[in-house]
Amino acid sequence: MPEYTRLIHNYLRHDKKFPHVWCPGCGNGILLGSLIRAIDKTKFSKDEIVLVSGIGCSGRLPVYVDFNTLHTTHGRALTYATGVKLANPSLNVIAIMGDGDSMAIGGNHFIHAARRNIDITAIILNNSIYGMTGGQYSPTTPYGMRASTAVYNSIEQAFKISELAVTAGAVFVGRQTVYNAKLLDTLIERAILKKGFSVVEVITHCHTQYGRQNKLGSAVDMLKWQRDNAVPVDKAAKMSPEELEGKIITGVLVDKDLPVYEEEYEKVRARAKGLA
Amino acid sequence: MSKGKQPLLLQGNEAIVEGAIAAGCRFFAGYPITPATEIAEGMSVKMPIVDGTFVQMEDEIGSMGAIIGASLTGVKAMTATSGPGFSLMQENLGFACITEVPCVVVNVMRGGPSTGLPTNPAQGDIMQSRWGTHGDHPIIVLCPHSVEECFYVTIKAFNLSERYRVPVILTTDEVTAHMREKITLPDPETLEIIDRVRPNVPPDWYIPYEDNSIGVPPMSAFGDGYRYHVTGLVHDVRGFPTSRPDEVDAFIRRLHRKIDKGLSYIQEGEYFLMDDAEVAVIAYSSVARSAKQAALLAREKGLKVGVFRPITLWPFMRQAVEDILKNVRAVIVPEMNMGQYSREVKRVDQGYARIVTLNRVDGQVITPDDILRKLKEVY
Ligand SMILES: Cc1ncc(C[n+]2csc(CCOP(=O)(O)OP(=O)(O)O)c2C)c(N)n1
Ligand code: SF4
Ligand SMILES: [Mg+2]
Repeated sequence: MPEYTRLIHNYLRHDKKFPHVWCPGCGNGILLGSLIRAIDKTKFSKDEIVLVSGIGCSGRLPVYVDFNTLHTTHGRALTYATGVKLANPSLNVIAIMGDGDSMAIGGNHFIHAARRNIDITAIILNNSIYGMTGGQYSPTTPYGMRASTAVYNSIEQAFKISELAVTAGAVFVGRQTVYNAKLLDTLIERAILKKGFSVVEVITHCHTQYGRQNKLGSAVDMLKWQRDNAVPVDKAAKMSPEELEGKIITGVLVDKDLPVYEEEYEKVRARAKGLA
Repeated sequence: MSKGKQPLLLQGNEAIVEGAIAAGCRFFAGYPITPATEIAEGMSVKMPIVDGTFVQMEDEIGSMGAIIGASLTGVKAMTATSGPGFSLMQENLGFACITEVPCVVVNVMRGGPSTGLPTNPAQGDIMQSRWGTHGDHPIIVLCPHSVEECFYVTIKAFNLSERYRVPVILTTDEVTAHMREKITLPDPETLEIIDRVRPNVPPDWYIPYEDNSIGVPPMSAFGDGYRYHVTGLVHDVRGFPTSRPDEVDAFIRRLHRKIDKGLSYIQEGEYFLMDDAEVAVIAYSSVARSAKQAALLAREKGLKVGVFRPITLWPFMRQAVEDILKNVRAVIVPEMNMGQYSREVKRVDQGYARIVTLNRVDGQVITPDDILRKLKEVY
């Protein structure tokens, strides 16, 4: 059987009533494919994977896949993920969040999860907009762009999610576009295998809301924009800030090692029992 | 855990820690707040000793999320807070209600609203503990009035949350939390500890939210091979989002039915000198201590006064209160709020008895004298 048939058969839920909730052409489906291929490569069993999400179009992702899936409240996915991972460290916990989900309402949880360095993989679908609620501006909507709550254009500066993750202490941070799905596969695989808090920022398109309001064309046009504006980190290092204006720096931004919370907590248990 | 028969001198908050550990709690997430902080401190010391986990979260929203996540892996989990933190927990508390995830939330009441009176007792959160989270949901709220009871009612809170798959709120106040009393911790073997029912069918047969005679479906733990979906959206029996009216209706009604059916097991109260009482005092938490003292003083003066003390605040002990109302002339409901529980008492009164409120909102405890004075007025 072809590889994609095997993956579909093995990982999509047969008892879930498809079709999915996403607009045709939405980038979320590309990420879902990448995620499945990456998990398949890691060889974790389906029982070992816990997929946690927040609220948004992005938050709907886990319901389609045959893992332990947990669709939580808006912004709080990482807090639930923290409880799951610390209570059963043998589970492999992946959190899927939107840009509003992880950076606005859940911004505080995000920086603290990064600082704590629990072995969780955080995947953020950054479409620069609140998709599910109909296209309001988000913390990653660029200055000057339009949204349904910024019809006179946004006057706020956008967060750079990956750079924020690096500063907050995440041990592994990477950014990739859904256009470059192959590279996204390997980035996610590395993030899952990395011990500690790892972040993958996925640059995706919401043609229905963000695209329409800013006259950016169809889903395909927005994918082409991703293709034309992605700059790999090593190339970006040789470019000036002016040249990098409006570009997406892709690849691995940081890969380092710090004490992992669960392992440290084992030492706490030993000290508490007077064993160390 | 401290063992053996020697009496200990513990605070209410410390007794809650002991009770939680005895009940099998092995995960605590919290954020410091007066007058609940000693619970977090105690858990940070004891959880690692019993191979449990303590984590200090960035806020109470996070604490609530973390305990739900932990409980989904099959581990009994708790958090503890006071007014401002309890307010922050409400949204995720509703998530625990709709997903039927057992967990225990301790709310040590202090003066409010807002930052209010951090170090003073109050009873202002009675209605919040019932209706704090949005949506039509049942909830169980328990209220101990002594250090010893803090221990036993904490165990009951875990037992009920495991049995009915609901979050249980354990509400105390600053006085109960901080006073020290003698307590002899029982032999753990003598305690009845209830664990959630796990599925005994093969994973392929598991229907995670299927109704049954008690309305409480078996709950599998993440990692046990029963992969299923947990969502805060209204879901069908398989756990998948639905808005089909018949499925929504059946689901919401089951959530209520499982509690309604368990009332006789869930509801517990203390009757103090009630047998021949002509006037009753209905009081809970530390105010109940003053009420009992007042009843004794009143009896010395020949007034037939008794006290009913609900330990289960919610679901409201309607039957018990109705029976009392039918047998006394008057009921006094002293509260450290402007009248929250008393409103429920009035609601079920069909003209059986006169209901008198006694409210203190100056951050001070209601004294036996306060109640005695009212008793003399009313008798
Ligand atoms: C506490 C709370 N506030 C607001 C909402 C409404 N809401 C649902 S999704 C959403 C924004 C989603 O945007 P994002 O996180 O970027 O996800 P996307 O839909 O773009 O994938 C909001 C504000 C909510 N569900 N909960
Ligand atoms: S609204 Fe935007 S983000 Fe949501 S499904 Fe449609 S295209 Fe995707
Ligand atoms: Mg978004």
